[in-house]
Amino acid sequence: MTEATGGIEMEENTSGKVKKFLYVNRKAPYGTIYALESLEVVLISAAFDQDVSLAFLDDGVYQIMKGQHTKGIDVKNFSPTYRALEGYDIEKLYVEKESMEARGLKVEDLVVPVKVVSTAEMADIMQSQDVVVSF
Amino acid sequence: MLHTVNKSPTERNALESCLKHLKKGSAVLLIEDGVYGAINGTVSTKLVEQALKNYPIYALYPDVEARGMQDRVINGIKLVDYSGFVDLVVEYPNVQAWL
Amino acid sequence: MKLGILVNEGPYTHQASDTAYLFTKAAIEKGHKIQRVFFYHDGVYNSSRLTEPPQDDRHIVNRWAKLAKEHHIDLVVCVAAALRRGIKDENLNEGFRISGLGQLVESGIQADRLVVFGD
Repeated sequence: MTEATGGIEMEENTSGKVKKFLYVNRKAPYGTIYALESLEVVLISAAFDQDVSLAFLDDGVYQIMKGQHTKGIDVKNFSPTYRALEGYDIEKLYVEKESMEARGLKVEDLVVPVKVVSTAEMADIMQSQDVVVSF
Repeated sequence: MLHTVNKSPTERNALESCLKHLKKGSAVLLIEDGVYGAINGTVSTKLVEQALKNYPIYALYPDVEARGMQDRVINGIKLVDYSGFVDLVVEYPNVQAWL
Repeated sequence: MKLGILVNEGPYTHQASDTAYLFTKAAIEKGHKIQRVFFYHDGVYNSSRLTEPPQDDRHIVNRWAKLAKEHHIDLVVCVAAALRRGIKDENLNEGFRISGLGQLVESGIQADRLVVFGD
């Protein structure tokens, strides 16, 4: 039998280790599944009390755009889920300024409060992580 | 940090974006189609040569050779095998894949 | 060192699974321990019992299963991604197990390094 759908799994003793996890999003939503499935990882990781951050750069900034109406393409609109992250104590959402500007986006266009950082600041954030998960 | 890039710079912006995010103590490893970023005479060569001045850049030799690019590698790029890939992952405190 | 591996793509279509395998093999040869190989997104297809590649080509699924058996490696397929793509116990190759995304996070915590192979 398989185990139950991935929920809280603490079979092994994680020894109270707290690591800095960065989930990197660089791809647009809907054209591929990476945006949706990366969010699923982020939600699961909330149960592990780690130091979680999300990075949105390059086309990843499109994932958190407001006004996504997906009925026409008949897929689930998962952008509201980004607003739920706060309830899971996942609040460090970093969006790269240069990526937004290159795409004509402003903070007001985004569906969730974020911290806008420069490329140099994003590089610092990346460098300081223990675990970086790319999708 | 070790940065891996697995796509060609003429296909995707992964290499370009990666190079913009390097900090002192970083290294780049080009793998799979990313090894096309290690090649002379392309539109990306200058960008890579510039990065080479400040950061070590490696290319996975089996991928270079598979693609017939072995005589075109930019001077200064170090070639490694899978064993060398492992060593790089161990050497650097963290690793990020630019997909 | 303890290494965690994440494979985001399926066999043959992308090189990710090949590179991950060759990396994993090299790591073992150097004496490192593989904490887990986690298959996500289309990576779950690496666990299909039903693949029949041409005889003169590498058998990616079997190769992973053989390496896992020889070196006691935990090959984990994400249940949510698997269900989406029709990978279930009944078509799961020997050597793989289906489990939750928590196993990936745990890998990040337990391993010294988590290396990602994708598109």
